[in-house]
Amino acid sequence: MSRGAEGNGMRRFYEDVKEGQDLPAFVVQNLTRTDLVRYAGASGDFNPIHHDEEFARMAGNPSVFGHGMLTAGFVGKCVSDFVGVENLRRFKVRFATRVWPGDTITCKGRVTKRYEHDGEKRIDGEVVALNQKGEVAVSGSFSAALPTRG
Amino acid sequence: MAEIDRSLIGKWGPEGSMRVEFGKIREFARAVKEDDPLFFDEARSLAPPTFLMTVALWIGGLGETRSAVKLDLPRVLHGEQEFEYVKPIHAGDVLTFRSRTKEVFEKEGKRGGKMLFVVGETEFRNQHGDVVAYSRSTVIETAGAVRE
Repeated sequence: MSRGAEGNGMRRFYEDVKEGQDLPAFVVQNLTRTDLVRYAGASGDFNPIHHDEEFARMAGNPSVFGHGMLTAGFVGKCVSDFVGVENLRRFKVRFATRVWPGDTITCKGRVTKRYEHDGEKRIDGEVVALNQKGEVAVSGSFSAALPTRG
Repeated sequence: MAEIDRSLIGKWGPEGSMRVEFGKIREFARAVKEDDPLFFDEARSLAPPTFLMTVALWIGGLGETRSAVKLDLPRVLHGEQEFEYVKPIHAGDVLTFRSRTKEVFEKEGKRGGKMLFVVGETEFRNQHGDVVAYSRSTVIETAGAVRE
C-alpha cells in the first residue's frame, strides 16, 4: 500500500524531478465512520454533521460525511511523501464535492513547474482528491523547496 | 446577510499560545493516514501539512476571530484553506498565534446572486519569536442557504 520508502525519509533531489512528473497516488479505500470520528478527535472539529447520523439526516443529508480537511489531510500525505514535509513551502486546497462513508478516495498530483526562488530550488505542483466516480472532492496546489545533489 | 465592519479588516486579534505536543502530532498523523515514521518518532517529529487545523478550535475560543464580519452561518461554506510554511514546526515547540480578517470581497455567483468571500489569516510564531507559518481560510457566504 505505501510506497513509504520514497517520500519517507529518503531525499528526493531537485535534479531528479521533472515538470509534468506524476506524484505517486495515495488511495484511501472504503472510508469509514471510524475514520471520521478519529479525525474529529485529532483535529478537535466535532461538528456533529460528521459523526452523528441522526443529526446529519435531520439536516437533510443521507448520512454523515467527511470533514473537508480530512480529505485535505489525505492530499497532504500524498504531497509530503513526495517532497518531504520539511521542504513544503505552501499547500492550498479548494473544496468541491463531499466524501461519504464507503467512498474510495484517490489522491494524486503532478509537478507543474521547476524554478529558483529566494536562492532555493523550488517545484510547484497541482493535486486532486477524486472519489470512485471520478468526481473532484478536493483540488489544490503546493510549492516545495528541494535539496540538490550539488 | 453578513454584517461587515471594514475598520476591523487587517487588525490582529488577541494572541494565544499552545505547545505542539508529540502525542497530538502522532494522533493527527494517524487520522490523516500519514505513515512516515518521522511523525511517530518523538525526537524528530514534525507537524504534518494540515496539523495547524488542531489550533483552529482554540483560536475560536479567543472570541474575536474574524471580528470584521459577522456571517450568516447557514449560508457559509469553507471554500479554501491555505498554509504557508516558513520554518518546520517540531514537537515541543510553543506556538504563539494571532488572527485577523485579511480580506473581504464579493463575487457574482455562477447561478446568480452575490457571494461574499472572507479570508481569515492566522500567523504562528515559535518560542524563538520566528514566524513559522500562516494559515489562511476562505469562507464563502452564499446568496441562499447552502445546498449540494
